[in-house]
Amino acid sequence: MRFIEPHAHMVSRTTDDYLALAAAGCEAVCEPAFWAGFDRGSAEGFHDYFCQLTAHEPRRAAKFGLPHFAWLCLNPKEAEDLKLAAEVIELIPKFLDCPNVLGIGEIGLNRNSRNELKVFEQQVDLAARYQQLILVHTPHLEDKLKGTRLIIDALQSDRRINPARVIIDHVEEHTIALALEAGFWAGMTLYPESKCTAARAVDMIEAYGAERLWMNSACDWGVSVPLAVPRAGLEMRRRGHSAAAVDRMLHGNPAEFLGQSPKFKLAPE
Amino acid sequence: MTRQQVLDLYFVEARSKLIDIAAFLDRAQRAEGADDFRLQSFRAALGHLRSRAPDRARRVLASLSDPTAKAIKAAGNKSACGAWPGVKATS
Repeated sequence: MRFIEPHAHMVSRTTDDYLALAAAGCEAVCEPAFWAGFDRGSAEGFHDYFCQLTAHEPRRAAKFGLPHFAWLCLNPKEAEDLKLAAEVIELIPKFLDCPNVLGIGEIGLNRNSRNELKVFEQQVDLAARYQQLILVHTPHLEDKLKGTRLIIDALQSDRRINPARVIIDHVEEHTIALALEAGFWAGMTLYPESKCTAARAVDMIEAYGAERLWMNSACDWGVSVPLAVPRAGLEMRRRGHSAAAVDRMLHGNPAEFLGQSPKFKLAPE
Repeated sequence: MTRQQVLDLYFVEARSKLIDIAAFLDRAQRAEGADDFRLQSFRAALGHLRSRAPDRARRVLASLSDPTAKAIKAAGNKSACGAWPGVKATS
C-alpha cells in the first residue's frame, strides 16, 4: 500500500520510525514546523530549527529512501510574544527557496487569543506575498470549533488567498464541513487519544466524499503512531473500499494538494 | 456496508468503550470531592448518545466546545482541557 505522510514531525522520531514508514510503502514525508514541547528562548533557536528542517532532516530521511519536505512558520503555541514572533517571521523568507520547502505551516491558533490571531494573519500575509501554500493547525479539544471559525474568517478576509491552496488540518466531525464548504482542503489527524480514530476518519470520508481530503499521523514527541495512515487504509479496505479508493486517499489526494508546489516531486516509478 | 456488517465489525469495540465510560463515571463518583465543569459537560454530552437523531459525534463535539465567537484577551496557558469552563455559568 503506497502512501504519502503529509504531516509528521520527524525530528521527534527515531530512525526505526523512518524504517517502518519506508517498509510500509511511504513515498514521502512532509514536516510542518511546530512547537518543540517547550518554548524556545530566542529567534536564534528557530533559525537552528529551520536549518534542521531544511538541511539535516532531509539527509536523515534520504538514508531510508524517503524524500523529505518541510513547511516553515512560528507555531501558534509560541505566538503570544509578538516581539519574538516578528523576529521569527523575518527569518522565514530566506529559507523559502530551500529545495524541500513547500509553504507556510503549520500556522493557526492554539487557545484562540488575540495575539495568536494577529500572528496568524501576519503569516497568512507572508504566504500571500511569497505565493506559498498554507498548512493550518486548528486548536485542540474545546477550542477547535471556535478556532476553526476564526481561522476561516481570517483567511476569507484576505482576498489574495485561494482556498484551493490551503489545507485546514486536524478537522473532526464538527469542523470538517466548515473547511470543505468554504473551498479549503481538510486534513484528518489520526491520534490514539485525541483528534480522530481511523474508524471516524473513514466515517467522514463516507459522509463527505474523498475530494479535498487527506489523512495524516502528525506523529511527534507525544502519543502518536507513525503508521497511522496505512492503518487507516486497512480500515478502509476492511469496510469494503476499493484499492483504488484507498490509493486516492493515501497517495493521490496528498500528491494533488502538495503538487501545487513545483518542489514536490516523488521518486520516479 | 449493511447494518449487520457494521455491527459485526464494531459492536464489541463500541461495547468495550461504553463499559469504559461507565467505569469512569463510577470511579469519579467513588472519589471524594466535588464535580467540576468537565464532568458536567461530559454528562450533558452523554445525552446526545441517547438521541435517535444522526450526527451524534458532531453534536457531542459541539457540546464540549467553546461556543463564544471572539478571540480571548491572552492565552493563559497552552493546553486545552477537553471541555469549556464557561459551561457552568450558562448551565
